[in-house]
Amino acid sequence: MGKQTPLYQQHLDANGKIVDFGGWDMPIHYGSQLQEHNVVREDAGMFDVSHMTIVDIAGPEALAYLQKILANDVSKLGFTGKALYTGMLNEEGGVIDDLIVYKMDGWYRTVVNCGTREKDLAWMNKQIEAFDATLTERPELAMVAVQGPNAIEKVKQVRTEQADLIGELKVFQGLPVGEWFYARTGYTGEDGLEIMIPAAEVAEFWDALITAGVAPTGLGARDTLRLEAGMNLYGNDMDDSISPLQAGMGWTIAWEPADRDFIGRKALEAQKAAGIPSKLVGIVLETRGVMRSHQKVVVEGIGEGEITSGTFSPTLQHSIAMARVPYDTGSECNIEMRGKLIPARVVKMPFVRSGKKVFE
Amino acid sequence: MSNIPTELKYVESHEWLRKEADGTITVGITDFAQAALGDIVFIELPEVDTEVEADDDIAVVESVKAASDVYAPIAGKIVAVNEDLADAPEKANEDPYGDAWFFRMEPTDPNVLDGLMSAEDYAAKCE
Repeated sequence: MGKQTPLYQQHLDANGKIVDFGGWDMPIHYGSQLQEHNVVREDAGMFDVSHMTIVDIAGPEALAYLQKILANDVSKLGFTGKALYTGMLNEEGGVIDDLIVYKMDGWYRTVVNCGTREKDLAWMNKQIEAFDATLTERPELAMVAVQGPNAIEKVKQVRTEQADLIGELKVFQGLPVGEWFYARTGYTGEDGLEIMIPAAEVAEFWDALITAGVAPTGLGARDTLRLEAGMNLYGNDMDDSISPLQAGMGWTIAWEPADRDFIGRKALEAQKAAGIPSKLVGIVLETRGVMRSHQKVVVEGIGEGEITSGTFSPTLQHSIAMARVPYDTGSECNIEMRGKLIPARVVKMPFVRSGKKVFE
Repeated sequence: MSNIPTELKYVESHEWLRKEADGTITVGITDFAQAALGDIVFIELPEVDTEVEADDDIAVVESVKAASDVYAPIAGKIVAVNEDLADAPEKANEDPYGDAWFFRMEPTDPNVLDGLMSAEDYAAKCE
């Protein structure tokens, strides 16, 4: 038996099919992954993401510390609660993890992946030794993501006292209320909130959201939603051996100011100078069949690549994928599926945003 | 708990078989199989008139989760396929023993079903 979140009983009550997810017993779906996916695109669904790791950073040199370990520049965060997405890189420029950082009053909150928790904390603890700053993990906080066009309205109905604060949150902003924390962020390509909650209070909140008409949604739909939204999954689409330049994360690298010496910078500069060997692209297959991770991508006259994440897109009704391919890949490729080469198109991601097809 | 109708026969690869009045045999996938696959999004069926051996892979089921082969449960000839199923693959989740039959076969050995698993045997295997 794996670790259980404070919502484990809720998952059983909702008929969740429990699977092992990085050492946690988590619901993959509650009956139909497709229906759960569609509910998030059309109305509101909620995910238990309590397995994710919340780390708070404080102290006089908290900013300097984050500017050292993150490729994006936390000093760009202009107001309280504002968040950014960034890679945390090793000296070779590989991605140790991707994370969100929220700027608080005199401190910062970060959310890192569950599967990378131990190596992240080891790295962050080692790097912080050179700074007058502290790092505090917050395992006592559960987290629920409520996502979809009606998600914010339904959370406001349940948390009437915080309705004004929730209504005023800007996109990519998060604010605390006591031990609760409301953030207008997500991993689905829809509007919505990610809410951190003391473990003892989360079950009551979850039950109230069910009463308000929010559907429990499993990790299966979370994956198809994020892939439609063109969002990377750590471990699939990038890892310690892949630079952000090869993972569609070039926009998260803050090159200016030029004298900010973040870890991995020299390696990224060297990679840019030498030529980036591969890139992460979106692929669509508009005929039958479903692309899966690790399938081979053949780019005629150029070389080969690999599907990093592939699925059936419930919104588009055909298969979509991310693939790492040679840098010079154009608009066409072939996917090796079940012994045959199937022609597919290379497109600009995302595939879906706010319920609608986006790519050409 | 899986639904395993007692009037059908079963094979290890999670297909069910039913003998029709005209001696042909209808084949589909079991409730256990559809639940394990999850939401089914594409189904590729064999060509009518194909001669097949038992255990040949002759159809493909793609779910959101994975692609799986469907095997010929017995030797014989494919005499009909369920075209409606190719257009509405979700039926295999909703009604695996009814509307969602996959294909019909003319068996090489008319008594082939006698040697296959009963519902009871199959239920024991699914535990």
